[in-house]
Amino acid sequence: MNLDSPILEIKDLKVSINENEILKSLNLKVNKGEIHAIMGPNGSGKSTFSKVIAGHPAYSISSGDIMFKGSSILELDPEDRSHLGIFLAFQYPIEIPGVSNEDFLRLAYNSKQKFYNKPEVDPLEFLSIINEKLTLVNMSPLFLSRNVNEGFSGGEKKRNEILQMILLDSEVSILDETDSGLDIDALKIISTGINNFMNENKSIILITHYQRLLDYINPTYVHVMQDGKIIKTGSADLAKELESKGYEWLKS
Amino acid sequence: MKYNMVKKSNKSLNQNITQLVNKTYQYGFSTNIEKDIIEKGLNQETVRLISKKKKEPEFLLKFRLKAYKKWQQMSEPEWAYLKFPQIDYQDVTYYSAPKSQKKLNDLSEVDPELLKTFEKLGISLNEQKRLSNVAVDIVFDSVSIGTSFQEELSKSGVIFASISEAVHDYPELIEKYIGTVIPIGDNYFAALNSAVFTDGSFCYIPQDTVCPLDLSTYFRINDQNSGQFERTLIIAEKNSRVNYLEGCTAPQYDTNQLHAAVVELVALENANIKYSTVQNWYSGDEFGNGGVYNFVTKRGLCAGTNSKISWTQVETGSAITWKYPSCVLIGNDSQGEFYSVALTNNYQQADTGTKMTHIGKNTRSRIISKGISAGKSKNSYRGLVSVMNNALGARNYSQCDSLLIGNLSNANTFPIISVQNSTSKIEHEASTSKIGEEQIFYFLQRGIGLEKAVELMISGFCREIFTELPLEFAAEADKLLTLKLEGSVG
Repeated sequence: MNLDSPILEIKDLKVSINENEILKSLNLKVNKGEIHAIMGPNGSGKSTFSKVIAGHPAYSISSGDIMFKGSSILELDPEDRSHLGIFLAFQYPIEIPGVSNEDFLRLAYNSKQKFYNKPEVDPLEFLSIINEKLTLVNMSPLFLSRNVNEGFSGGEKKRNEILQMILLDSEVSILDETDSGLDIDALKIISTGINNFMNENKSIILITHYQRLLDYINPTYVHVMQDGKIIKTGSADLAKELESKGYEWLKS
Repeated sequence: MKYNMVKKSNKSLNQNITQLVNKTYQYGFSTNIEKDIIEKGLNQETVRLISKKKKEPEFLLKFRLKAYKKWQQMSEPEWAYLKFPQIDYQDVTYYSAPKSQKKLNDLSEVDPELLKTFEKLGISLNEQKRLSNVAVDIVFDSVSIGTSFQEELSKSGVIFASISEAVHDYPELIEKYIGTVIPIGDNYFAALNSAVFTDGSFCYIPQDTVCPLDLSTYFRINDQNSGQFERTLIIAEKNSRVNYLEGCTAPQYDTNQLHAAVVELVALENANIKYSTVQNWYSGDEFGNGGVYNFVTKRGLCAGTNSKISWTQVETGSAITWKYPSCVLIGNDSQGEFYSVALTNNYQQADTGTKMTHIGKNTRSRIISKGISAGKSKNSYRGLVSVMNNALGARNYSQCDSLLIGNLSNANTFPIISVQNSTSKIEHEASTSKIGEEQIFYFLQRGIGLEKAVELMISGFCREIFTELPLEFAAEADKLLTLKLEGSVG
């Protein structure tokens, strides 16, 4: 492992699904302690980008590489990428009937423990771990007994994603439109959760359409993605400019 | 450091699920043993020969011959959603038994080859079962090999024997009850069974008795060309209670084997019978070659007031399953229950469900059916809830859920409800869901492997059924489903 390497580096990545090229030569470097915001019009490839990093099997990579701490992760299964510390907060968290949130969260936690040869925790121990995390996203312990995302409101689903991120203590967290569909109170809760989670050893990639999330979370960089490429990179001010001008002016 | 712990092949998740559910059948071996076998084919002489070999009393021979005559006039039912080639009933062996036919006093006298077989199957006729409080009867091809704890049980007056033994030792009970719940002409396969049944189990629980052990029968088809036609009869007298478990496996042959069983239950006043099955007959290979054709008629008669019969089944094996464990609720306030998980994979076809016939007042029934279809299989629920005009205040609740794995499997429900009075309350709920790629990916992204993910979802889907199974079955059933039919049958 090379300590000087970026925590995540995307090199000239080309990705297609069903013969449709979606990412066209994408480059991105993310260092420890950085928050990157990726903005861009619908259909520019933002969600594809997040799923490809997590290892979704539906996409095929025709060229380029994804490096995690200096090593390629292209050959790794999604669960191993997760164990290494890559987390994806889904734009539309899926419902899993019949599986309780508590069992799901414990299993996820223990899978990681096992991966690092650490002892797995029993349900009682886990309860004290998870209860502490629940307060960080302002969720009631009652929701542990509900099935994963089943019947959750939009806000609850998103909070559940952030809860999982905190629980798994991931190093690179990609949040795919975690702010969409949230009312202002929920947005504040989630932003606080994210800010408290963030530290100099972690990195976060925020995929968003709106400037308003960036009022609460201060990004190190703002990137604009269009047509499968990053076409502009700037500071937090770029987001404000986009908010007033839209994306059209970037097309040249 | 290079992260190449796992070589990733770029297959889709669905393919991986398929591999996961396609583990090979671990009961596919056959036992090489000297057999007493009769010639293939079926005619009146075959029926007489079977009866003669079993030294049966006259009434039973008459019963068989009548059934045979009836069977000849009937034809195979065609209403089920099943497709299979015409069965040549003359190409089946109707009697096959291990040769040593002397009466065994002790299980140590059983042919060691046979004992080895049952050890491989994870069935032991010894102390182990005693510890788990289960008495076992084992039926190998056509005959019962041995029944454990008979002595123990007889102390409390419980009779647990092979039906052949019972015919000799308790002919009056057999004559009184056989064919009363399922008449010989009930359906094509029941008629066939009534003509040629070879063995099975008989249980009699006397009045005011709670059976001290769980009773269990283990069925094994061994011979390639023989059919297995077992017959089970359980009588629970007034205020008695019994738990009965049934397990089935068969060797792996590329031809199809015929299995047509009949199970009759009678519950008298306040009696309670709980009947659980884990059916894991060989289901054929991944191309649909071989496997058991399983045509079963199971019916319970809640004859007495406040009696209760509960069927729980986990159906994972057989190429063809045709099975509808039913309850006839005659006694007032009697209850019938049907809890079922049916899992099909590859080219398996299952048409299974139940019939609840409400005749007595305030009778209640509950149906929970869970169908899981993977591969190119067909899985159908077929149910009939019928409430007669005197069954005032009858209640039924039915729930039929289907779970699809992959894109090529097929799930159907055919519920029929017929109500002839206005004071009854009937509820029916149904759902279909699918284990989708995105759900699996959600698990994987959180670090949970594919196998665990599928196990968790399937066990969540089946939870209501597994809680109905006896403890030693429940844990097994969970595993069995995850490994697609494999794991040991309790």
